[in-house]
Amino acid sequence: MSAVVDVEPSARDRRLARYAAAAIAASLIEAAIPSPLPGVKPGLANIVILIVLARHGWRDAAWVSVLRVIAGSLLAGQFLAPGFFLAATGAVTSLAVLGALQTLPWRWLGPVGRSVAAAFAHIGGQLVLARLWLVPHDGLFNLAPVFFAAALVFGVVNGVVADRLLRDNAA
Amino acid sequence: MTRLRPGDWLMIAAGLAATVATTAAQWGRAAPTLAQVRLDGRIVAEIPLNGTHRVAIAGALAAQGETVIEVEPGRARVAADPGPRQYCVHQGWLTRAGAVAVCAPSHISLQLAGPDSAQDTVAF
Repeated sequence: MSAVVDVEPSARDRRLARYAAAAIAASLIEAAIPSPLPGVKPGLANIVILIVLARHGWRDAAWVSVLRVIAGSLLAGQFLAPGFFLAATGAVTSLAVLGALQTLPWRWLGPVGRSVAAAFAHIGGQLVLARLWLVPHDGLFNLAPVFFAAALVFGVVNGVVADRLLRDNAA
Repeated sequence: MTRLRPGDWLMIAAGLAATVATTAAQWGRAAPTLAQVRLDGRIVAEIPLNGTHRVAIAGALAAQGETVIEVEPGRARVAADPGPRQYCVHQGWLTRAGAVAVCAPSHISLQLAGPDSAQDTVAF
């Protein structure tokens, strides 16, 4: 008799784990890309989040995003470091915006629009946290144009990539 | 090809507007008119940026020397400071409203203020 309790993962558990693994890989690859300015990042993991959002809804996307932030920061050695809290804040604010936008039909607002909105929510939340905690000076907001331009460009690009992946692998 | 939907265009337009608005706010910032010198957080000198002035202030390191603030039309700098690392001196000329040079060891800061300064004070 074994005392080990076997918890049989459901199909959804396996699916979430697969997506989370892809998102974690994307954020680790990204961590290796040098950035001219902390905060300006492509946000490749968000492509995965967008795909999960489109296919399986907001709850699954939120799971993948949370798993990505926690496991990704553990692997990068950033868990509970400032970068972790910035990533977590960005994930929470962008999930909140994506959740609010779920009330709109995908016919009208596709992956690209949602990606742009999430990108701005991401950097917006991070800017507020950084201003309150890490750089308590309004000079931080002088960088807002750079951050916003990056959010716009990467938001559109990630949205287009997610859209293509969704259509190429349509069920 | 990705076919953008109406909401996508709206989001892109909103993002573009936010980027342009913040950029314009940067460029459109009013020229500074006043150099404010603080010692321990209290203003000890206010110098209009319309002429050439040199002001020496005795800060917390007065035994090693005074902090010298230099003002020229439209700009100001810390020309000399007894602090060991000289950060505020190396910062050079300040030209934008809201810009600050802090000589922490001397407890002195130099800040440029515009007609509509974005902030009243800075606390550290």
